[in-house]
Amino acid sequence: MKFAIIVRTGPLASEGSRSALRFARAVLDNGHSLERVFFHGEGTYNASALTVVPQDEDDLTEAWADLGRQHDLDLVVCVASALKRGVLDDSEAQRYEKGLGNMRPPFAISGLGQLADAALSVDRLVTFGG
Amino acid sequence: MATLHLINKSPSASDALAACLRVLAEDDAILLIEDGVYAALTGTGTCRTLTGIASALTADVEARGVQERLEPGIDSVDDSVFVELCTRCDRVMSWF
Repeated sequence: MKFAIIVRTGPLASEGSRSALRFARAVLDNGHSLERVFFHGEGTYNASALTVVPQDEDDLTEAWADLGRQHDLDLVVCVASALKRGVLDDSEAQRYEKGLGNMRPPFAISGLGQLADAALSVDRLVTFGG
Repeated sequence: MATLHLINKSPSASDALAACLRVLAEDDAILLIEDGVYAALTGTGTCRTLTGIASALTADVEARGVQERLEPGIDSVDDSVFVELCTRCDRVMSWF
């Protein structure tokens, strides 16, 4: 079955990102496909490469990035949410003359159209955070 | 057309569960996650209503150390069962 996930909270504010990550792993471990993870609102903070996490805490940005690389996941960050929170890829940073971007690959900036597309094409859309 | 409802807040901190219960259809299921698992504790006002309808996510139950205090009839389920519940219902709705 095809799944997509929406993440609406950052790595620190609540458990949403951690819950979503565990769910994503369970989806993949059970043989389903995870078509897209859409990071919206505060969830865009998950994509920042500039967070420095203490050694005794989990680095959720790294964990998402690792999972994304392992399974070639589409980790989409909402452009409107990300820009105003200072989470920019190199091309947006250049466009707004902010120097270098800070988006951690394989997170990628895109728009709400990607969420609408996922909602239409997957069998189950599950929202975390809030 | 059953719906799986996700509740992630304690009933003492949010009216999400109460709102969900008002629209719950006959075949629907509820999964309590994060602080939502507090609704499953024996002796709380909500637990009897949830018997046979709701289950609670094991990792979140254990993270709060309340595995011995769940109301009988509210099962503790792991992440794989969470995924399975999603596949058995027609849609998944998160209440905030």
